[in-house]
Amino acid sequence: MSANPASRWGLRFLGLGYLTLLLLIPLVMIFYKTFEDGISPPLDAVTSPDGLHALKLSLLMVAISVPLNTIFGVGCALLLVRHKTKLNPVIDAIINLPFAVSPIVIGLSLYLLYGVGGWFSFIGEEGFKILFAVPGMVLASIFVSLPFVVRETVPVLQEIGTDQEQAASTLGANGWQTFWKITLPSIRWGVAYGVVLTTARVLGEFGAVTIVSGSISGQTQTLPLFVEKQYANFNSTGAYGASLVLALLALATLFAMNMLKRKEDA
Amino acid sequence: MGISVEGANKRFGDFQALDDVSIEVPDGSLTALLGPSGSGKSTLLRAIAGLEDLDSGLVTINGENATGKPAQKRGVGFVFQHYAAFKHMTVYDNVAFGLKIRKWDKAKTSARVHELLELVQLDGLAGRFPSQLSGGQRQRMALARALAVEPKVLLLDEPFGALDAKVRKDLRTWLRNLHEEMHVTTIFVTHDQEEAMDVAGQLVVMNEGRVEQSGTADELYEQPANEFVMSFVGEVNRLGDHFVRPHDMEVVLDADERTQEGLVQRIVTLGFEVRVELVLSDGTEVWAQLTRAELQRLELREGQIAYLRPIQAKSFNGSSPSIPDGASTPLGSRDGGDAGLPAAV
Repeated sequence: MSANPASRWGLRFLGLGYLTLLLLIPLVMIFYKTFEDGISPPLDAVTSPDGLHALKLSLLMVAISVPLNTIFGVGCALLLVRHKTKLNPVIDAIINLPFAVSPIVIGLSLYLLYGVGGWFSFIGEEGFKILFAVPGMVLASIFVSLPFVVRETVPVLQEIGTDQEQAASTLGANGWQTFWKITLPSIRWGVAYGVVLTTARVLGEFGAVTIVSGSISGQTQTLPLFVEKQYANFNSTGAYGASLVLALLALATLFAMNMLKRKEDA
Repeated sequence: MGISVEGANKRFGDFQALDDVSIEVPDGSLTALLGPSGSGKSTLLRAIAGLEDLDSGLVTINGENATGKPAQKRGVGFVFQHYAAFKHMTVYDNVAFGLKIRKWDKAKTSARVHELLELVQLDGLAGRFPSQLSGGQRQRMALARALAVEPKVLLLDEPFGALDAKVRKDLRTWLRNLHEEMHVTTIFVTHDQEEAMDVAGQLVVMNEGRVEQSGTADELYEQPANEFVMSFVGEVNRLGDHFVRPHDMEVVLDADERTQEGLVQRIVTLGFEVRVELVLSDGTEVWAQLTRAELQRLELREGQIAYLRPIQAKSFNGSSPSIPDGASTPLGSRDGGDAGLPAAV
């Protein structure tokens, strides 16, 4: 098939065309619309107190959820690959739940659990506010971004096998030393990729966080909620500006990983 | 002293990997565990290293009960078939790994690593990564890494299995010489009988999770305990209940009461030796190993009739060796005569 130039060009055209139409053009449109009236309107919207607060809150979500899900994800991957038990298929299926369940359903379930009359409503009644506050939003963020590190780490763990770990143990390394010196360095790119996807997911999360946060401006609004509010209030420039910030954050994460990887390969 | 395993059993599901295995490995010896794949030889080696838990049985290393001890506390050096190189570390860091775990200071570590790299002839490559080494170099690095921590015993699991024939032969000689210098008790696993006989002083032949026989190469070749050992340590022809080595088959042109008739099917010249393949009247296919001179003297051609006279044969039904059906005269002493001939390979 590759010998036929017509079909080769056809495939390229199809692939690139698909990507352009579905991914590139919408993103370029955001870019274009943001700066249609110059740089100051979007800048004003993003640097308004509510906008800055939303940015800070989004970064806070990342700062809490990503490390937790990374530690859990690596641990869980080790359990799934290195310690075969009868429960593993069940654990494996549960980890995939956040992929399968719509974020808004996740938000609602948290609302039911922690809201008035829910099983865990006593926590809020004790004075530790979960719903319409940061803790609830963190719970939602962790839920929706939970599978990424596990899913990216499991195949890498399977691929590296156990030879290196066993060699380390015959050389006198205990389990902890083997993990830090052998296992973790061997799976670091899988974990890093999982971290990037987790970060992107947490930054972009909308549905689940909307329900549990109540989207109160300047209080429980992350960047995506801020974008939605601006848009609903007919401030489309502000919405585009904040969207652009979101996109740039995601790009920065990807870029950081690429730089690290390049440094490693050199 | 040395290594001893008593009554080792190990099951993997329905598969009995080790079935009441006991071996004794003398201190300072170089012993080969020889057997086909699935014979349990690797499982036994891994059980000695602590990489596999036994269902039952005792492992003793240098007089100390090691059963149930984790691998990291057994003081064994282990070399894996696929090198198990730490891919993210340089050659230097690979070899230094065990020393760093033992918190050696930098100067001492560096001296020891360079000493070992010199021993395995990799001294110029300390800064390379394993991916930049050839297979043979990687395995030598793995050996240096295992030896760095001065293990009480050295265990090698098919160490040359992934290498090509030429490198294999070189490393074999090299391992034998190394062992002569270091005298560390060494066990190595292989499925290649030539390799085992070439390298090891003592051999343990395993099959289906059991030890079939142990002894020196000569003992196994000359006095195999059973059919399996006889056919595993060398080439063999089967004549009824009897087993004959191809070099113990005499080919003659005249029949007598001790010969069997055969049709010469194929004559293959392999340098000095010649392989004559015959089919007997009952359909049995056998082959005889002749020298070129013998072949020329007999003027054998493919398609002609010749007569086979086994010089010595073994039967494992009774205890004493005898000759195939129809024979009336007993053979000469089975241990004398042509004893010590190398295996045909």
